[in-house]
Amino acid sequence: MYDKIFPPKKLALANGKSILEKRSRTPIILIVVFIATWLSVHFTNFELDILIRRWTEFFVIIGEMIPPKWEYLPYIWRPLMDTIKMSLLGSIFGAFAAIPLAFLAASNMVKNRVIVILSKVFLSILRTLPTLVSALIATFIFGLGTLAGTVAIFLFTLAYVGKLLYEQIENVDMGAFEAMESIGMTRIHAFRHAVFPQVLPNFLSTSLFCFEGNVRYAAILGYVGAGGIGLLLNEGLGWRDYASVGMVLFMLAITVFLIENVSEHFRKKLM
Amino acid sequence: MEMIEKQLVSAPRNNRYILIVTALVAFLFIWSFSAVNIENVEESGWIIATNILQGIVSPDLDLLLNITSQGVLYLLVETIAIAFLGTIIGALLAIPLAFFSASNVVPKPVAFITRLLLIFIRTVPALVYGLMFIRVTGPGPFAGVLTIALISIGMLAKLYVDAIEDLDTSILESMTSIGCNTFEKIRYGIVPQLFAIFLSIMIYRFDMNLREASILGLVGAGGIGAPLIFAMNAYRWTEVGSILIGLMVLILLVELFSNHMRTKLVKG
Repeated sequence: MYDKIFPPKKLALANGKSILEKRSRTPIILIVVFIATWLSVHFTNFELDILIRRWTEFFVIIGEMIPPKWEYLPYIWRPLMDTIKMSLLGSIFGAFAAIPLAFLAASNMVKNRVIVILSKVFLSILRTLPTLVSALIATFIFGLGTLAGTVAIFLFTLAYVGKLLYEQIENVDMGAFEAMESIGMTRIHAFRHAVFPQVLPNFLSTSLFCFEGNVRYAAILGYVGAGGIGLLLNEGLGWRDYASVGMVLFMLAITVFLIENVSEHFRKKLM
Repeated sequence: MEMIEKQLVSAPRNNRYILIVTALVAFLFIWSFSAVNIENVEESGWIIATNILQGIVSPDLDLLLNITSQGVLYLLVETIAIAFLGTIIGALLAIPLAFFSASNVVPKPVAFITRLLLIFIRTVPALVYGLMFIRVTGPGPFAGVLTIALISIGMLAKLYVDAIEDLDTSILESMTSIGCNTFEKIRYGIVPQLFAIFLSIMIYRFDMNLREASILGLVGAGGIGAPLIFAMNAYRWTEVGSILIGLMVLILLVELFSNHMRTKLVKG
């Protein structure tokens, strides 16, 4: 279509042949991006002069945070641990629940097309649901507290690990699976002994990666009342007690940094 | 048969290591049960769950198909605009930061300090930035744009750095040897190597930012989040249903588009 409006340039090579060089699509993409940017500026009331005039306000808050309130530390431990526990529990349950679901969604394991498509659609829909929204729904059902947060993290992990796992199962080497089926094993047995060992390292690595991200997500879940350190953040920001917020963020940064390093160590081992 | 058995015996064993790690994980697993509180679970939970499902199945079609500034469509466009502008600003700002944290471009200490800064930028949750920017701009989508821009810097710079550190420098050396100046080296030696990868990273980040932008409304930073939360807190489940359906369709579409574009970019 594009080539018809802007015909390709003809080039004659040294040996007499002529070839067609397609016109670059960069200009039209740039124009589209500029129009989209202009529209976005219009829709979001982006005003550069407000930013130039008031950007120091942002650093005022950071300045208030910077000597963090160390006396606040004892109050942080419990919610911080709650956050880690929530994400750990949710991640482990989610990762285990993802195995049967990924099995059902893998088109080379289950021959029934309807089940495969239903499982895939279910996983996609679950993945589009923002964690904070599922946490809020969970607080309505399970009451305020860590259980709601755990459920939200469980759902997210299930969707994320489930998707990556079924993609891996579909790309697995089927030789061993077929051999085991041919000697009379059931599909589930053959899956357990032929496919699962192949995807296990990747599965563990994905789950660890997901756990890493979940700690970050769990930190804000308290905002909707789903337990963890987000409650303190919410309180501190509400009371404009920025020194405490600084302390919470500092502890959070250290925790995330530690967990990331530990998880990276194990993920490298798995590869 | 003997060969096979020999192979089996000679295979490296790390059972003890696996056992210890498994025990550790099991211990952590049991430990983490102490955080779960089930005393808050109320009898009404089940009723609410069915109400939510009913609302999502029978969405408020007026709201969903409304094209005024209160309707779902307008809110979705606003959310896309926040994510798009935020991604563009973040992507541009992340480029210099990425070069400053690439250890093959700048000296090691500079790279280390920039990396530390990026880690701190990444850890602060988006909602906290949202609240901070509201002090700057007042509530509204403008605060959302700035928030998205700032949170994407951290992640984008991290991914850019990987691409920069993989740069093929032999091309630059050969360009020096045929007498190219610095500008030419950047234009024809570095930009072609990085452009496609950076673009692919940006598209990926836009996909993520859309999800972030959809919850920023919670703190008043614009987008579809605020009406969603209000509808939930007021138990208007049909409205929640229509907003969620709109959001899901949008996220799925953007994900399809992003996957399509990225495979195209990677395969050329």
